[in-house]
Amino acid sequence: MLLQYTIRRLVSIIPVLLVVCVIVFLIVHLTPGNPAYLILGEDSSPEAVAQLEAQLGLDKPMAEQFVDWLKNIVTGDLGESVYSSEPVTDVIFARVGPTFSLMLTSIVLTLIIAIPTAIFVVWRRHTVLDPLFTSASLVGASIPEFWFAMLLVLGFGVAVPIFPVAGYVPISAGVGGWLHHLLLPSIILATVEVGLIARMLRDSMLESVNQDYTKTARAKGLKESTVLMKHVFSNALIPTTTVVGLTIAGLLGGTVIIETIFTIPGVGQLLIDSIHRRDYPVIQGVVLFIAVVYVLVNLLIDLLYALLDPRIRYD
Amino acid sequence: MLKKKRNLIALGTLLLLTVATLTAFWWLPVSPLEIDSTKRLNGPSAAHWFGTDHFGRDIFGQTVMAARVSLFVGLTVALIATVLGTVTGLIAGFYQKADFVIMRIIDGMLAFPSLLLALALVAALGGSVTNIIIALSFSYWPVMTRIVRSAVLQMKSAQFIEAAKTSGVSDPVILSRYILPNVLSPIIVQGTFIFAKAILAEAALSFLGVGVEPSTPTWGNMLQEAQMYITIAPWFSIFPGIAIMMTVLSLNMLGEGVREAFDPHAKEKIKKKKGLLKTPVSAR
Repeated sequence: MLLQYTIRRLVSIIPVLLVVCVIVFLIVHLTPGNPAYLILGEDSSPEAVAQLEAQLGLDKPMAEQFVDWLKNIVTGDLGESVYSSEPVTDVIFARVGPTFSLMLTSIVLTLIIAIPTAIFVVWRRHTVLDPLFTSASLVGASIPEFWFAMLLVLGFGVAVPIFPVAGYVPISAGVGGWLHHLLLPSIILATVEVGLIARMLRDSMLESVNQDYTKTARAKGLKESTVLMKHVFSNALIPTTTVVGLTIAGLLGGTVIIETIFTIPGVGQLLIDSIHRRDYPVIQGVVLFIAVVYVLVNLLIDLLYALLDPRIRYD
Repeated sequence: MLKKKRNLIALGTLLLLTVATLTAFWWLPVSPLEIDSTKRLNGPSAAHWFGTDHFGRDIFGQTVMAARVSLFVGLTVALIATVLGTVTGLIAGFYQKADFVIMRIIDGMLAFPSLLLALALVAALGGSVTNIIIALSFSYWPVMTRIVRSAVLQMKSAQFIEAAKTSGVSDPVILSRYILPNVLSPIIVQGTFIFAKAILAEAALSFLGVGVEPSTPTWGNMLQEAQMYITIAPWFSIFPGIAIMMTVLSLNMLGEGVREAFDPHAKEKIKKKKGLLKTPVSAR
């Protein structure tokens, strides 16, 4: 059953990836006027434009361009950067480390804060804590990430300088320095996501607080804390895994902003730099890369979900 | 819904901001565009409540003025995304054949983190208010389609729909008169959240330098300029940010309010909180 489900899920991402490819392909063709002119600038020679058009394949019919482009992508060829003339795949993979590090620390930090918060709020659900928590999560979702980042830079980088406010140290140069540089950016990314995940966890925990099996557990004479941890929390965890998958989208968007503010040389910063340079092959490559990562992460989460909860497989 | 204090405060804040920004030219004591080189980066004072920027312009006035673009972008994106999402969602939910095609496209679009999709589109189209609206509407409507579709699917087998079908009511009438009014509450809730998200996204795009033209005062543009002066003029950064947060928070609170007012499930949770259901579970 699990194998069948896995195969079905794998097949189902094919049309998704196809739509992703069409959208990424169209990015270049949405530009007003000739993309080659845009990249090279107004005063470029016709020969240079013609050469770039040929390099990007812009001189062929649209459908043919798409098929060629798709063929290249399947073989892992995303073209060449117009700015540095390096293969786009190399350019992207050189930047993957910082972004994945930032994602990892942010997710870990989010879960470390969100899970105990949700459990505590459900445990004390009849007190003022619950409405307080709901309001706090709303506020958390309303803070502009980049502004919050500016405030924290002001607070912890300038006023009380305990964190570096710029740059990145690879993990190979020492875990301490790596974590030290990533902590402040991760706190900012986590702040927004904690509200969402803790809220979702609280909601699904509250739903199982009055289920029959919880009543039975209480009737057996189990302590409320045991009931909450063993019966309520473990059941609420399953739907929450899906939400973790969704927050990864938020994090991937957030890293673009945070990497720019903290000058972390990741994929997000590469994207912004490439937009300013009008380096369309790299823009396409980064967008495609992030979308594919996101699709794959969600596929993994779905499979994990099916492994944890057998009912899903029969859907 | 309006009986709750929280919803009233949220609605009041938004109305006040809208009226303030639309009438700003009449009542602002100092023009927000007036450059005064003798007053560069002055802190908050009686004459300049929020201080002045690097050109000596009044930050309070600019913050009020900038609300125009933010509210306009947010509202327009919310409306476009809602209309597009509702129409496609109704069709996808009602017609099984269309469902397959529409949902594959929607799934593909949802594979992009929305801010990223907007960034990519703005990168291609170029930064301007119109293009930001196009990019953000395109990024947010798939979510609306999904929500409307699942609401329609739940409704579809209801008896009164079946009855309408058998008595020969045409599909467009069933969709607009029978189904739409019944799925309106999730649409309004989601529309409000899109409004809030679009304001945040517009600010983020402008802050990143790929949004609205730098000459137009928007909260994102102000913060981008303020970033350079954050250590010497923190007020320049703080006030526009608070303005964004208050606006977005008001919208999110309104969305929550609508959700609670329409969702019986949420009401039950409130009762529980108030202790009405505190009695031993077995007594229920």
